[in-house]
Amino acid sequence: MTWCNLSFNFQVNLIMAIQVVSKATLGSCWSNIRLFSAYRLQFVQAESSAMPVLCSHCEEKRAILKRPKTGHSLCKECFFWAFEEEVHQTIISACLFNPGETVGIGASGGKDSTVLAHVLKVLNERYEYGLKLLLLSVDEGITGYRDDSLETVKRNQQQYELPLKIVSYEELYGWTMDAIVKQVGLKNNCTFCGVFRRQALDRGAMMLKVDKICTGHNADDVAETVLMNVLRGDIARLCRCTAISTSSEGEGMIPRCKPLKYAYEKEIVLYAYFKKLDYFSTECVYSPNAYRGHARAFLKDLEAVRPSAIMDVIHSGENLSVREDVRMPVQGTCSRCGYISSQALCKSCVLLEGLNRGLPRLGIGKHHRLHGKILAQESLTQEEQRKLKTADF
Amino acid sequence: MCQVDAEYNDKLDARSPPSGCFRDYFVHKFRAMLGKNRLIFPGEKVLLAVSGGSSSCSMLAQVQQGLSKDAPKKLRFFPGIVHVDEGGVTGQSAEERRRTVAQLESIFRATGFRFYIVPLEEVFCLPGHVLGASCAPPPGSQGDYKAAVDRFIQSTRVGGGSAPSRQGQEEDSSVREAQNLLCQLDTEDPPSGTLTVDPQLTGALQKLFNSVKSLTAKDDLLLTLRQHLVVHTARTQGYSMVMMGDSCSRLAVKLLSNICQGRGASLATDTGFCDCRYGDVGIVRPMRDYSSKEIAFYNRMFGVPSLFIPGLDTKSPDKASIQRLAESFVTRLQADFPSTVSTIYRTSEKLQTAGGSRSADAEPTAKCLLCLCALDTRQAEASAFHATLVSEKLSQKRTPESCPADRPPDGQSCASAGGRCCSSRSPTPTDLKSLLCYSCRLTVQDMTATEFLPPYIVSEAERRMRRSQMEEEIAEFLLPEDDTEEVA
Repeated sequence: MTWCNLSFNFQVNLIMAIQVVSKATLGSCWSNIRLFSAYRLQFVQAESSAMPVLCSHCEEKRAILKRPKTGHSLCKECFFWAFEEEVHQTIISACLFNPGETVGIGASGGKDSTVLAHVLKVLNERYEYGLKLLLLSVDEGITGYRDDSLETVKRNQQQYELPLKIVSYEELYGWTMDAIVKQVGLKNNCTFCGVFRRQALDRGAMMLKVDKICTGHNADDVAETVLMNVLRGDIARLCRCTAISTSSEGEGMIPRCKPLKYAYEKEIVLYAYFKKLDYFSTECVYSPNAYRGHARAFLKDLEAVRPSAIMDVIHSGENLSVREDVRMPVQGTCSRCGYISSQALCKSCVLLEGLNRGLPRLGIGKHHRLHGKILAQESLTQEEQRKLKTADF
Repeated sequence: MCQVDAEYNDKLDARSPPSGCFRDYFVHKFRAMLGKNRLIFPGEKVLLAVSGGSSSCSMLAQVQQGLSKDAPKKLRFFPGIVHVDEGGVTGQSAEERRRTVAQLESIFRATGFRFYIVPLEEVFCLPGHVLGASCAPPPGSQGDYKAAVDRFIQSTRVGGGSAPSRQGQEEDSSVREAQNLLCQLDTEDPPSGTLTVDPQLTGALQKLFNSVKSLTAKDDLLLTLRQHLVVHTARTQGYSMVMMGDSCSRLAVKLLSNICQGRGASLATDTGFCDCRYGDVGIVRPMRDYSSKEIAFYNRMFGVPSLFIPGLDTKSPDKASIQRLAESFVTRLQADFPSTVSTIYRTSEKLQTAGGSRSADAEPTAKCLLCLCALDTRQAEASAFHATLVSEKLSQKRTPESCPADRPPDGQSCASAGGRCCSSRSPTPTDLKSLLCYSCRLTVQDMTATEFLPPYIVSEAERRMRRSQMEEEIAEFLLPEDDTEEVA
């Protein structure tokens, strides 16, 4: 009689018995026997299938997952339905879309944007939003990360039958992220990537004449942003970061929204897993040193202590109010490229200038006083150049 | 090298005499904090909430020094000390509690101020009106400081004072009177605070805390109860201000953990300098500019006595509660990025309570039952709260509207009779939730049973429920309030 011939339950019971016996030789036999019988009861229950856990929504089918957000056990179909319904409720209550609009989905090939594309397509058909959907992707030029994920996006395009447009940093700015990191170093490179990507997305959307952009930011992202802004003391961003869509005061500025704002990251993964959606899941190779990593680790721990903490953080962020006498940046336009900016020069122009002049730290830190000089194409003094050149690795 | 004096004066060296610069800087910060926010009037009675830890003992030492006869520009208020003994919750034995209290008493006696040592079990004897926010305008509201001081002194003058005369003379006589009272205080014998605790109440307290499942909620509840007790002591003993010894580091951690618990709307009241939610008793935090390191150095160098009393989360692992997690996170981050605590502190300074000063004269029902902050549970469309409710609804079978089984069937008929017979039924968690703000709801949700709550909370909850039922009945006959700004 080999081990494999024994039934699973018997195997388990045997292992438990061996553990009890070995522990008994050391002492506290009685508590171990009680533990052993508790385990056994559990397995007997599961084996008998007289009481499997039922879905708490339909109460007919067996539950196959536990929702991270509420802790309820649901079956597959009810979970899909609940997830899609929640996104629908978010869209409806925030009036994100109007019928007949063209909506560009920021697609990176990762789980958030893949799920977003899928859910929007489903909801568009189910509830007849009347939207024209298309995929927009940005190529930052990170080898080993972005080129692989772009393949995923191309596959998505075929699977969902949506038109796709890819814009790259190379064609827009003349710099790839790999080249940038070589100049800037491993710290502060996320600043470059984020600023450039935002503009790239807008530029691509303008090329396609899109009315709205939507991104796959989920609840974890928004909560991390709130925490990060508190830690960085960025009061202006703190007020704006929980808004579900950006305001579009400037002409030519395409508003962007986050339909997945209240969806937990874990639920997105569960959805993608059970729907067998195709996505690319690897961390960006340059991300380990990002400041956001600290906020993310904290949030993950928080979720372990209290699962509703993510929504609590978002709730706190939404209900913050800032004193009236705090100076807030005023929205204007960049004098060089016409993009929205609160300074004379927009951040991406400053960063680009720094890269082109070989002064990588020009965009990092305070640089308002140098805007005039940059606009006038003057060269900077020796002292200023020295300060801006040193990049710490 | 001392950067102020440009002489060699290593403040880290415990053997050398204490550096004058550091002491001046430390004392100056305290005075500047009090002077900048002119909320404490001369002659006012201020209660110092001392937990025995380094920060509150440092505050005590500062106040003592500021009131001493040879201090330049003496502080001009009358202090008292209150300490809440939480040994019943932290599981200390009666012997340990007595020992701690004796040590604290010796520290307090040395200051010469009147002190009160109150066991936490006294929450079971608090009257219901502790939670009824009084409608007195918050201290320090707009208006001329001098005029406010005059008004205050007029109101506290005992018996027939001198005939009203010119401004200058009035101030002189009031200052003299304040000094007389101050002298009286010094010579009076402070009452001895022997700790007598009813073991039944200790058992009730332990039952209450055992009914709370998570450490986060326990911590929150403890904080709430402690604050209520301190405010009640202040009210009954005639103090109009309470000083808390929260340091900058402690407040940064508190800010972060409050955000994680959903208290974004009331961050300014919880971590700001002045906390006016109790109306007639204002809470100030004069130590909020000091980092815990500075306080530790000062206490060490100038021999300020303090005591370590174990709390609820002493020796608990990092992930035991949100507060512990936030504390370890901030401390770790501070090691890599030294400006973390001060940045968080600056962020908190830029915040205000949502709704501004109007919340002071809002109806009591619009305030949370436990924390007395404005309710932030308006179900605005497209908010996180709304999304949470939607998720709850979608994950369950469609019967959340039906009454929960724990509500007795005759509860409905009691409501219309004015609720007199409802007093025997303790409010269910569902009833309480409607009276609580977002984060207090989470705390109560964590409790397995609400019947162990102290009677003052239960009675106030019932009173508010009855009142809102009354309002519902007569809603159609009430004329709407004027929305425009009205002078209180």
